[in-house]
Amino acid sequence: MTLEVHIDHRFDGFALDLSFAAGAGITALFGRSGAGKTTVINAVAGLLKPQGGRIVLGGETLFDSASRRFVPPAARRLGYVFQDARLFPHLSVSENLTFGARYAPAGAKGAGFDDVVALLGLEALLSRAPGTLSGGEKQRVALGRALLSKPKMLLMDEPLASLDGPRKQEILPYLERLRDGPLGLPILYVSHAVDEIARLANTLVLLKDGKVQQAGPLYDVMANPAAVPLLGVREAGAVLEAEVLAHDPDGLSRLKISAGVLALPGVQAPVGAKVRLRVLAQDVMLSLRPPEGLSALNVLRVTIEGIHPGDGPGAAIALRAGGDTILARITARAVTELGLVPGMSCYAILKATSVAPGNIGR
Amino acid sequence: MSADAAAWEALRLSLWVACWATLLAVPFALAVAWVLARRDFWGKGLLSAVVHLPLVLPPVVTGYMLLIAFGRTAPLGRALESIGITLAFHWSGAVLAAIIMGFPLMVRAMRLAIEAVDPKLEEAAATLGASDLSIFGRVTLPLIAPGILAGAVMGFAKAMGEFGATITFVANIPGQTQTLPSAIWAALQIPGGESQALGMVVMASVAALGAVLISEALARRVAARIAGT
Repeated sequence: MTLEVHIDHRFDGFALDLSFAAGAGITALFGRSGAGKTTVINAVAGLLKPQGGRIVLGGETLFDSASRRFVPPAARRLGYVFQDARLFPHLSVSENLTFGARYAPAGAKGAGFDDVVALLGLEALLSRAPGTLSGGEKQRVALGRALLSKPKMLLMDEPLASLDGPRKQEILPYLERLRDGPLGLPILYVSHAVDEIARLANTLVLLKDGKVQQAGPLYDVMANPAAVPLLGVREAGAVLEAEVLAHDPDGLSRLKISAGVLALPGVQAPVGAKVRLRVLAQDVMLSLRPPEGLSALNVLRVTIEGIHPGDGPGAAIALRAGGDTILARITARAVTELGLVPGMSCYAILKATSVAPGNIGR
Repeated sequence: MSADAAAWEALRLSLWVACWATLLAVPFALAVAWVLARRDFWGKGLLSAVVHLPLVLPPVVTGYMLLIAFGRTAPLGRALESIGITLAFHWSGAVLAAIIMGFPLMVRAMRLAIEAVDPKLEEAAATLGASDLSIFGRVTLPLIAPGILAGAVMGFAKAMGEFGATITFVANIPGQTQTLPSAIWAALQIPGGESQALGMVVMASVAALGAVLISEALARRVAARIAGT
């Protein structure tokens, strides 16, 4: 099931003009506030009628300005999880969950009540009133309610933005289960948090000022130096796939990536598991010679693929490391002083953090 | 008819008229309240003004307008009479006068209740597949039910107390169109009628106070319900 989106919409001096496609897995729509993310997801849901464009889901045209076709939201069968949960206050959790079930066509594919309750850990909440739930519980119920309407696709508009750190950690594993589980439901996920995207997304679409700046598999976009200013210099950095080789007695774990073996602390995944590693560009240093007498453990031999000067004193360097590309952000002055040019070999000294179990889904 | 019997008869008629007026007005008031709360259209301000007009117009003017429109010689009145509905100088006319006079109060209470419901909840219901009618029945209506009741109670109380438009439109015929306020007024016209009026004043005051208290309690429930606790 593929979602194709073309939107041309102008309002209050803001112009949205973009196209992208979302396939299997989680497609993240990333952008700063005001980039047009919510406008896009509302247009897909049918809560907003764009002035122009075309939206097609799995061959069914939901909106087409040329033929004046507009399928109303109730007939689109898209499960929408809002940032603010929007549970019905007069209904119990259980009644909220089953609200949409009666509108799904007979024979529609989707999870049953017991499966969803188990998946989201809602057993203890069923008879509660929404007003008595915590923020994280509300979002789990909202997610369950959307799933039980048996949608063709899930739309999530910053579902974690109103939650604090621990509550986010409470929801993320459920989203991963949903992504990797048997439902195989495609998800369009709007967010402005790079850590969430690095952990969840398969495909990444970067929006700025109503336009798509970059789009593609998460791994490729995160490793593209041109994406650094869009993601923010502190947040940008490659996401790599790694396999857990061993957990050493001193608390470090050894993980294999295409360019070698890294030693990392705090890896929870079992030996043999695939995990995502996030290598922040600002945590990568470069050295022309193999470093000696350095406390850092992780040194990779890399080849410079490209050098992208930024607006300020920094520059983003794309480095080939085995089969992967990682990013380093160093100063433009360092580039000159070290005489870095594409094609050169050097050493990358890096600090990586394990972000999540699961594969990147390339 | 003894004085006491006349008072009880007036109370009975007032309750009868107020019940009918409330029952008939609620669906229309709800529709108008919903339109005013949820839709934008050309002439919305005018509709709102017309609905609220009876609040500011002297009741005798409203009654006279009804007489012009629905009197036995008026085209509308004749048309209704030909299908067996008589309004002028008949208790059903008192019902019509009560509906018109209570309508702004009902619409106002219901409109406030509807406006307190976040349209985002209705959007959420739509994304779950619910039609507009289902959304109204399963989300909006349950949330505003106490507001509807509060509006109905206010309309009922207004109908119980309506005097000016009623006496102008349907006169003051004991047993037929003499409601409680009309009976009080009639008693006060007779020298020494104050003691009889006093009993009816107590009746009217109790009914009005009760209605306001019930309405307040229901309004509090709307707030609690929308907060979802």
